[in-house]
Amino acid sequence: MQFMLLFSRQGKLRLQKWYVPLSDKEKKKITRELVQTVLARKPKMCSFLEWRDLKIVYKRYASLYFCCAIEDQDNELITLEIIHRYVELLDKYFGSVCELDIIFNFEKAYFILDEFLLGGEAQETSKKNVLKAIEQADLLQEVRPALTEIKI
Amino acid sequence: MALKIVKGSIDRIFDKNLQDLVRGIRNHKEDEAKYISTCIDEIKQELKQDNIAVKANAVCKLTYLQMLGYDVSWAAFNIVEVMSSSKFTYKRIGYLAASQCFHESTDVIMLTTNQIRKDLSSPNQYDTGVALTGLSCFVTPDLARDLANDIMTLMSHTKPYIRKKAVLIMYKVFLKYPESLRPAFPRLKEKLEDPDPGVQSAAVNVICELARRNPKNYLSLAPLFFKLMTSSTNNWVLIKIIKLFGALTPLEPRLGKKLIEPLTNLIHSTSAMSLLYECVNTVIAGQYWESVGNLCVQKLRILIEDSDQNLKYLGLLAMSKILKTHPKSVQSHKDLILQCLDDKDESIRLRALDLLYGMVSKKNLMEIVKKLMLHVDKAEGTTYRDELLTKIIDICSQSNYQYITNFEWYISILVELTRLEGTRHGHLIASQMLDVAIRVKAIRAFAVAQMATLLDNAHLLTGNTQRNGICEVLYAAAWICGEFSEHLENPMQTLEAMLRPKVATLPGHIQAVYVQNAAKLFATVLKGEEGNTDGTAAQEASQLMIDRLPLFVQSANLEVQERASCILQLVKYIQKLQQKDVEVAEEVNALFAGELNPVAPKAQKKVPVPEGLDLDAWINEPPSESESEDEQPKAIFAKEEPKHSRPRHTEVDEKELARRREARKQEQANNPFYIKASPSSQKVYQEAPGVEHIPVVQIDLNVVLPFSCLPMSDQYVKMEEERRQKERAEKKKKEKKKRKEKRSGRGKKHDSAPESEEDITPAHMVDIVTEEMPENALPSDDDERDPTDPHKALDIDLDKPLADSEKLPVRSHRAAEAQKSPTDGETENATLQEPKKKSSKEKREKKKDKERDRKVYDIQGNLQDGSQVVVSVIFENKCNSFLKSMEFNVLDSLNSKLQRPEGSGPHDGLVVPFQLPPGVSNEARFVFTVQSIVMPQKLKGTLTFIVKNEDDSTHEKLDFKLHFTCTSYLITTPCYSDAFAKLLESGDLKSSSIRLEGVNMPFHHLLARICFHHHFSVVERIDSCASMYSRSIQGHHVCLLVKTTVSIDAKCDEPTLLGNVLDEIKQTFSQC
Repeated sequence: MQFMLLFSRQGKLRLQKWYVPLSDKEKKKITRELVQTVLARKPKMCSFLEWRDLKIVYKRYASLYFCCAIEDQDNELITLEIIHRYVELLDKYFGSVCELDIIFNFEKAYFILDEFLLGGEAQETSKKNVLKAIEQADLLQEVRPALTEIKI
Repeated sequence: MALKIVKGSIDRIFDKNLQDLVRGIRNHKEDEAKYISTCIDEIKQELKQDNIAVKANAVCKLTYLQMLGYDVSWAAFNIVEVMSSSKFTYKRIGYLAASQCFHESTDVIMLTTNQIRKDLSSPNQYDTGVALTGLSCFVTPDLARDLANDIMTLMSHTKPYIRKKAVLIMYKVFLKYPESLRPAFPRLKEKLEDPDPGVQSAAVNVICELARRNPKNYLSLAPLFFKLMTSSTNNWVLIKIIKLFGALTPLEPRLGKKLIEPLTNLIHSTSAMSLLYECVNTVIAGQYWESVGNLCVQKLRILIEDSDQNLKYLGLLAMSKILKTHPKSVQSHKDLILQCLDDKDESIRLRALDLLYGMVSKKNLMEIVKKLMLHVDKAEGTTYRDELLTKIIDICSQSNYQYITNFEWYISILVELTRLEGTRHGHLIASQMLDVAIRVKAIRAFAVAQMATLLDNAHLLTGNTQRNGICEVLYAAAWICGEFSEHLENPMQTLEAMLRPKVATLPGHIQAVYVQNAAKLFATVLKGEEGNTDGTAAQEASQLMIDRLPLFVQSANLEVQERASCILQLVKYIQKLQQKDVEVAEEVNALFAGELNPVAPKAQKKVPVPEGLDLDAWINEPPSESESEDEQPKAIFAKEEPKHSRPRHTEVDEKELARRREARKQEQANNPFYIKASPSSQKVYQEAPGVEHIPVVQIDLNVVLPFSCLPMSDQYVKMEEERRQKERAEKKKKEKKKRKEKRSGRGKKHDSAPESEEDITPAHMVDIVTEEMPENALPSDDDERDPTDPHKALDIDLDKPLADSEKLPVRSHRAAEAQKSPTDGETENATLQEPKKKSSKEKREKKKDKERDRKVYDIQGNLQDGSQVVVSVIFENKCNSFLKSMEFNVLDSLNSKLQRPEGSGPHDGLVVPFQLPPGVSNEARFVFTVQSIVMPQKLKGTLTFIVKNEDDSTHEKLDFKLHFTCTSYLITTPCYSDAFAKLLESGDLKSSSIRLEGVNMPFHHLLARICFHHHFSVVERIDSCASMYSRSIQGHHVCLLVKTTVSIDAKCDEPTLLGNVLDEIKQTFSQC
C-alpha cells in the first residue's frame, strides 16, 4: 500500500498515512486530486478506480471516506478488507466511532493504524491482538501528565 | 526549582490542548487562517519552555496542523526533543509527529540515529514498537545503513510483537540500503517458520514483496512456500503466497504443474472472494490455463453476475487480462459483457467497453456496434458518450479495418455518428471518413453520395457551430465530394450546396477546403457538360461560381481569401472563353489531375540513401580550425567569423550570380531528388506506378439506396444477415451436392459446422489501399526501436542490488582475474594431461570455467573494524561432477592475513561449508585482517577439492589470486557540502591530480562510474564540475573534484592511498 487517506464528505482531510517518501508539495497535490476524484463519484459506483499508475480503493463509512492507494499487482478486495478491519478496530476502541472521535483523538486513530499496518503491510490480522497492544500501550501513558507533575 | 515546575504546570493548565485547538478551528470557520496563525505563535512560545509536557502538547498540535496542510518543518528539532523523552507518553507523540512530518531531506534525522538505537534496545517492548513504527515512515539510507544490524537482531527478539515489526520494517531497510539484504536474508528465511503466525505472515509479506520485483532469486524458496500454501489457513498469508507463485511460475514451468491441484482446490473451496480473485489472477499469469482456465472463467462469470459492483468490476478487469491471451474463452461470454453496458455504474460500463474492443470478430462486429449505437443514443453525459463514440471507431478501425466486411455499413455508421450533439470528436469521425474513402476504392461512389447528402444537410450539423466539434465532418465531406467528384450523381447540386452563404460561418480551415473543392466540382461539371451543344449548364455553373465566390474573397481568413480570389479570377477567365465557345473542360480538369495516395507515416524514413551520397560529408570545406581553439573557443567565434565570411560575398558580382543561378537550375532540373516547383510535377505523380495496377472491382449494389435520406446502418445489418444466410444456404446446397456425391463412397460427414470466421466473405471485394512506401524501402519491422534510445541502455534491473547471489563484482578485480585465468588453466592442462584423455580434459575446462567464476568475488570493508575486510566468493560448479571437500587457502602476506579459526595453523586452509552439485553456485565469505590499507595487494591462494564421479573421485586443485585494490577499502559514505568544505579548508589533506585521457562519455556517466566502481558519493555538482567523497575503513577522507575536462583534483590525508586510488580510477577508464 502506498498511502491511506481519510477525508470527510466536505473534502476535509481527517487522517493521512504515507508509506512512500514524497515531498509535502507532492502529497498535497495528490490529496487534493484524489479527494476531488473520489467525491465526484456517484454513490452506486464500485470502490475501485485507476489513477495515474495506481489503483485506488475507497469506501465510505457514514460521512467519512477511507481511501487507499495500491500498486498494480495488489489485491483490491483484500485492501477493502483492510479498510473494513480498520473501521472495526476504531469502532471497538472508541465504541461506535464517529467522525468527531477521529477528529478529536486523531493521535489515537494513528496509533491504532500503526498497530494494524506497518510500512503499508498488514502486520496483525487478529483484531484482538491489535486492541490488546493498544490498551497496554495506553496503560503506559499517563493520563493527566500535568496533574501528576503538580503533585510533586 | 520546585516552585518553577509548579508555576510552569499551572501555566500549562491554561494552554490549549489538542482538543481545544480542534474546537477552536471549528469555531473559527470564517477566519481559520488567522486563528491558526495565532495558534502557531502560541505553539512557538510553548516550544521555548523547558517543560517536556508542554513541548509534547505543542508538537501534538503541530502534527494536527501539518495534516491541515501547514508547514511545520521549522519545528523538526523540537520533534526530536520530544522523541527523546524518557516518558512513553511523550515519546509516542514525538515519534508520531516524526513519522508524519519527516521526510528524506529533513536534516535533523541525522541526529536521531543514536536515540532510535537506544529505543530499539529498550527493555520496554512498546518503546521499541513505537520506534520501529516511526522508522518505517521516515527511514533514510543513512538510518537504514546504521540501524540495519540493530533491526536484524530484533528479528530474533523474544517477543513476537517486536519480531513481526522488525521483520516488516526490514523490507523498508532493504529498499533504502540494498547491501543489507544478503546478510539479513538467512534470518528472514528462518522467520518463515516462526512459531508465531503473525511473524510468519510478516515474513511471507516481506519475501513476497521482494520476490515480486526479482522473482528469479527466490525460486529456491518455492518448496518452502509450497508447504506453507498447503498448510496455512490464513487467507492473508495465502493471498501473498499465491501472488508470489504468480511471479515465480513464468520462470519455472514445472511449478505450474505442481500448483494446479492446490489452486483448483482453493478455487473450489474458498468462500473468500479476495482469495478466489487472487487465485484467478495467478492462473491468468501462469501456465495453468489448460487445466484451470475454464474453471476460472466460470468463476469470473459468477463474479460479474453478482449484484455487488465491486465484484462485477473486478470480474471484468480479470476478463480483460484473459482476453489478451485467450480471447476465445472470453468471447463466449459476450452476452454477459454486453449486459454490463447497461450497468448504472459508469466505471463498469467503461470496463465492458474495453473488453468489447478485444472481442469483436468479423461475425459479431455489426451486432456489437449496433448495440453500442443504441447506447450512444440513450447515454447521458457527454464524457461517456464521447467515450462510446471513440470506442466504436476504435473497434471498427482496429488492425486496418480487419473486421469490417461491409464498408457501406461503416460509412453509414460514421454518418449516423455525426448526428451526435456536442461531441468533441468531429475530427476523429472526419479522419475516418477520409481514410476509408481514400483507401477503400470500391466504396468511393457510395461515400461520395453520402457526403453529398451531408453537405446538403449541413445546416443540421452546424446548428451551433461555436461549441460544436462536429462541423469538422464537413471538412471531410467537402474534400471527398471534390476529390472523387466523378462519382457524383448531381455535381451541380452539390456545388450549389458548397457555395451557400451559410458556409461562411464555418471555421476558416473548413471554408478553405470548401472553396478549393468547389473548384474541383466546377471542373467536373464542365467536363460533364462538354458533349452538350447548348452549354447552358456549364455557363450556369460559371455564373454560380462568380456570384458566390466574392463572399469568400472577403473572408478574414487568409487561406480562404487567397484561394477564393485565385479561383474567382480563373472562373472569370473561363467564362470569357465559354462565351467564345472554346472547349475548356479538359484544361480545367488538368488542374486537378492526379490522385493522392495515402503515404505511410514512416515512408520518409525508409527512403534508401542513394549510392554515393554521404549526408555527413561536408558540402563546403569547414573553416580551418588550426588555431588553438581549445584555449579560447569563445573569442574565436566572436571575432573571426565576420572577417572570414563577409568580404568573400562582396567579391561576387551580379553576372557571376546570374551564372551560378542558371547553373544551379540546370543541375536541379537534372536531379531526380530535387522537388520541382513547376506544375509538371503533378503529372509525374500521375504516371508513377503503384496505384493503377491495383485492381479495382466494381461494386454490385444489392439495393438501390435512396440518397436523399440518411440511410440507417441497421438496414445494412439486416442486409448483411440476409446475405450471409443466402451464402450459407448456397454453401449448404453445394455441400449437400458434394455429400450426395460422396455418400455412396463414405459415411456421413460433419453436418452444419458452426460458422467460422473464414466462412464470412466480404459483401463486395474491397481493396484496402495500403499506405505507400518509397521504392526500395528497406524492409524492417523494428521501426519503433531507435538504437540510440537512451532508455535501452537503462534496461538494467534497478533493484538488482536487492538480488542476492549476484553481488556486484568490482570492476578492477574482474580484469585482473580475466587476465590470469587462462594461464592457470593452461598450466593445469599441462600437468594433468596424461590420464584419461577425454574426461580429464573436460574437467579441466570445467575448472577453468570454475576459475572464471571465481572472479565473482567482492571485497568489502568492515565498518566496525578498521582492519577487517570481508571477501565474498561465489563458487560455481560448471562441470557434470559433484564437487566436495573444498578447501580455501591463501598464502598470507605480512600485511594481510586470512582469519582462521582458533587453534589452526597459519597455513591451514579453510573448509568451504558446502558441497557443489553440478551447475550449482553458492557463496562463501572469508574474513581477512589487513594492517595497512594504503597499498593494493595481491594474495595468492589455492582451492583444493574432490571431484566425485560415479565410479571414481579425484583430488584436484586450482590456483587463484585475490586482488585487494585500494578502492575496496573505501566505503561509500555520504557527506554534506558544508562538512565537505570544512574538510577541504582544514589543511590536513594532501592533494594530487590526474587527467583521464580519451574518455568521452557524458559527465553524469563518468560520475556514476566513479561512484559505482570506486565507492564514492557525489557531494555537490555544479555545472562543469562535481565534488565527490569517500572514506576508507580506517577513516581516511578522500575528496575528489572532477571536472568536465576530465581532470580530477584529489585530496586525501594519506598520499599513498590517494595515489593508488587515482591509479585505479585511471585504470577503470582506460578499460572502457
